This record gives sequence, C-alpha cells and structure tokens, in this order.
Amino acid sequence: MARNVTSGRKTINTLAAWAIGILIFFPILWTILTSFKSEAQAISDPPIFFFFDWTLENYSVVQERSNYMRFLWNSVIIAGGSTILGIIIAVPAAWSMAFVPSNRTKDILLWMLSTKMLPAVGVLYPMYLLFIKMGLLDTRIGLVIVLMLINMPIIVWMLYTYFREIPGEILEASRMDGASLRDEIIYVLTPMALPGIASTLLLNFILAWNEAFWTLNLTAVNAAPLTAFIASYSSPEGLFFAKLSAASTMAIAPILLLGWFSQKQLVRGLTFGAVK
Amino acid sequence: MGQIVLSKVKKAFGDVVVIPPLDLTIEDGEFTVFVGPSGCGKSTLLRLIAGLEDVSSGSIQIDGRESSDAPPSKRGLAMVFQSYALYPHMTVRKNIAFPLRMAKMDKAEIEKRVDNAAKVLNLADYIDRRPGQLSGGQRQRVAIGRAIVREPSAFLFDEPLSNLDAALRMGMRLEISELHKRLDTTMVYVTHDQVEAMTMADKIVVLNAGNIEQVGSPLDLYHKPKNIFVAGFIGSPKMNMITGETAAAHGAHTIGVRPEHIDVSDSGGTWSGVVGVSEHLGSDSFFHIHETGLADMITVRSGGEVGFTRGDRVSLTPRPDMIHKFNEQGDRIS
Repeated sequence: MARNVTSGRKTINTLAAWAIGILIFFPILWTILTSFKSEAQAISDPPIFFFFDWTLENYSVVQERSNYMRFLWNSVIIAGGSTILGIIIAVPAAWSMAFVPSNRTKDILLWMLSTKMLPAVGVLYPMYLLFIKMGLLDTRIGLVIVLMLINMPIIVWMLYTYFREIPGEILEASRMDGASLRDEIIYVLTPMALPGIASTLLLNFILAWNEAFWTLNLTAVNAAPLTAFIASYSSPEGLFFAKLSAASTMAIAPILLLGWFSQKQLVRGLTFGAVK
Repeated sequence: MGQIVLSKVKKAFGDVVVIPPLDLTIEDGEFTVFVGPSGCGKSTLLRLIAGLEDVSSGSIQIDGRESSDAPPSKRGLAMVFQSYALYPHMTVRKNIAFPLRMAKMDKAEIEKRVDNAAKVLNLADYIDRRPGQLSGGQRQRVAIGRAIVREPSAFLFDEPLSNLDAALRMGMRLEISELHKRLDTTMVYVTHDQVEAMTMADKIVVLNAGNIEQVGSPLDLYHKPKNIFVAGFIGSPKMNMITGETAAAHGAHTIGVRPEHIDVSDSGGTWSGVVGVSEHLGSDSFFHIHETGLADMITVRSGGEVGFTRGDRVSLTPRPDMIHKFNEQGDRIS
C-alpha cells in the first residue's frame, strides 16, 4: 500500500537517519581521526576535530614495534578457517534439520542456541586446561576449532532458515533423477542456497575476526591475531591513545573494507525470508 | 519390463492410517490413472511407488525386483511433479542432462540424448534458458524431457497439469498420451480431474480414503460402477441418485441415472418437474430440475437445441437400460 509522505517529512526522516548513522559510526571515525594526531593532541581538552597537525608518525611507530603482517595473517587463518570449517560441518546438519526433521529438531536448535547464552568466561577454565593437555595453547588450529564451535549455532541457524525456503520437491526430483545424498547436497541444494551460504560466510567471518575473548585468552605470540595486536597497545607504559588508535585502525581496516564491498549481500542475507 | 506389483502395501503416519493394506498390479506398458477426491491417498500411493515415502508394511515389486527398501534412485523410475521441480540454477540443457550426469554416462551420449529429447518436445529454441524464463507449458515439457532421457522402466506423474490453464492442459494431455503410445512404457498418473482420467487411462484406479473402490477401464467404470462412490465420482455432471419408493419399485435401495440418460420433453414422461437453473454450452444444455419428488434436484443433459427456461414444467424419461441399481450398502446390484 502506498503511503503519502510529504517532502517535509521526508527531510526529517533523512536527517534522523543520518544522525543515527553518524552516532553509530562516530567511535570508529574518532579512532581513525585520533590515529593521525600526535599523542598530545590526542588527549587535548577540549578535543580537536579536524584542525590538528595530521601525522603518520603513529603508524610508523606501530610498524616498527610490531609485525602487523603476522597478526593479520593469523586473523585471516583463524577467521577464515573457522568459518569454512564451520560451514562444511553445518551444511549437512542444517540439511537434515530442514528436510528430515524429527520431533526433537526444534529442541536441538534451541539447545544449540542456548550455548550462546552462557557467558564465555564460565567455561574458560575447562577450556584452558583442555588446551594445555592437548597442546593447543597458542596454536592457530586450536583457535580455529574454538571459534568454529562458538559460531556453530549461528551458522546452523542461518543455514537452516535459508534451506527451509527451498522447495522440498526439487530435492525429491534430484533423488528421483538418481542423485545420491552427496550429489543432492553438492549439485542441487548448495547452488540453490548460495546467496544464503555467502551471507552466512560473511557474517561469521566478521564475527570470528572481531572475537576477542578467546583469541586474547588462548594465544600469546605464535597464534595471536589482530585483536591481540590492538590489546598490546592498550596499557603497559600508560595510555598512548594515538598509537592505540593507529593499531585499531590497522586492525579493523580489512574487515571494514570487506563489509563495505559486500554490504548488499549482507543486508540481503540478514533480511532473507522476512520479505518474500 | 515395467510391471509394478503392490502387495499388502500399508502406510501410516503415526497412528493415522493413510493407506490400509492394498493390492494392485500395474502391467507393463499400461497407462494407469489414480483418481479420487483430494486427501484420498493417491499422491501418497504414488510416492510409495517412487520411494519418496517408506511403506509401513507390505511389498512393492518393480520389474520383478523387490523394491520396498530401495532408495528412489535405485528404482529405475522417473517422476514429473506438479510444481515441475526444475533446478532453477541450471539451464534447460543441464536440467535434462542431470539424471544422465548422475548415471555417469559419457558426454557424447548425454549430448545426443538431450538433443533428441529437446527435438521431440520442441524445446530446442529454449535449450540455453533457465526455468525462470519459461512459461508453464514449457517448464512442464522440460520436466517431461528430464524424465524421458533416462529411459526409465516406468513414469510417475503427480498431477502434472493442474498448474496449467485449460487450453494448455488439453494440449499437454494429448502430448502425454502421444508420448505413451510412442514410448510404450508404463505410466502411472495421479489426478483429481476425472476428464484426464477418462481420456488418458488404459486403467483407472478409483481411490477413496486410501481404499481402492474399483479398478477398470474408463468405460467399465462409466457403465458398470461397482458402488455409489464410483458412480458419483466418474461422469460429469454427477449421476442423479434417487432413493425411496421410486428406487424400491426397481427393486433397489438407491437407483442412479446419469444426466445424459434422461430424456426431457414437454409432456408424457415418467417423471415431471420444474426447470431451475439451465446452463447452455452450445453443444449441450444442462437443466437442473426441481419439484420432482425424487430428489432435491435432478440434472438432465440434452442437446444444445433444446430451449427450456426457468419455471417451465417438463417431463423426464429415464432410459430403462441405463438405470444403475444399488443396495443399502451402496454396492451395485446387477
């Protein structure tokens, strides 16, 4: 149904939307701006917005002090690995829940989600001890496994929702056409659910990239990703806001760019099923 | 080659028995139609044969092989679905080639068969389009193409024409009949449309609440319905059912007369009544007659030139050799 929206009202809506957008984006903007200030200007009171002496000094100091590329590479491996591994395991799981549900399917889904309600710190000790026993402490493979498990409920839930939208008759047709279960998933289900799988992949990559609890607690040097890189600038010699900001900007830049270029896919994926 | 034998096949979902134990033999090369009102279990029966549902008990033999536990892919059957169920991400060519690809056939042979099917079904012009770019009739042809390339031992059709408009439906009906004649392969066809059943079938299976009411040729069912259910279901408009004294006079609990077996005239008939709604189709006219004292309404079919209108008093004469008699249980007395 078309609604009458006056141009005055439109302007107000637009302004409100921009205001909210800027409000949400402000901390990130402030971080980026601060990264170009000198330490003195970074903590000046009243704060300076744009009219400071722009400098790249913080970036060169950060570059000298730590090996950015190593942290970046760890982040890519950990976020990418956990997401891909998670999808490979979750596709068959979501397939069975969507197409051959039992009486318990809803319970299983809720139970999986309930693990997200537990504060992560509640299982830190057992996890830490397990990691020591299994020699996984400060290894990439250990973090890949943990982050995959952490995000598994979300991956399964998202895929389940997408799969439910696919007509069962098409899968039945493939069975009649001689497809084995493996063929059915690879040649029919996955290509049809590709937009959904891509959104799931993106969202979980972002979640894994930003995950800071487990990555900080279970790594030291070898497997430390960008979250640890930021944290390493946060305290020991007092607060150096400009350098901390430079490190933060460097850490979030890759994911910000990824999000920017895939925003269409992300929005479509997150609102999937809401509008038909 | 394509004989299908069901013995004591039963299907229950939990406590709900959809199909009580049932026996049926579909001969090789036969065009068999399952017909019945919605919810009678005809689609479930087809899905049991296909292997998309598991039987609760009993056995299904296809080509003499016990197949009750075989997965759909191992039964050698092809199915055409009501929604066509084409793969939306594949072109027409890939859709048709899919079953052959799954059978690991070599590329040259796949190409040959797909081209052949496309030619037979007039799909050559659309071969590189996707299903989304095709009309309903074209999609249905692709679905049939996908079924025929594998050269299955039998085809299963689940209400394949119900999504098409009337004109297209008639065309496709002829095409499927034509295909059956040419391939000479067993076909099992589910429909709720008795016109499709009557025109296409070698053998009709009338189902009601999971039970087989009657199995026979279309004309068998029309002329010798085994009971009131079949009598009422086959034939359009429905057979008139008359109970009471008139029936008793014929030695029956209920008698049935088809609308086309009652002659209507100005005067001098066996029964009389007043014309209510009349429907003129040009070739035929249907009159709905009230106040006959026999039933709420008697439907009569006569030639298009007969021109009674609402309120006319008319005489009705049933043809004596065309009166069907049924006992109290609703079974035919002959």
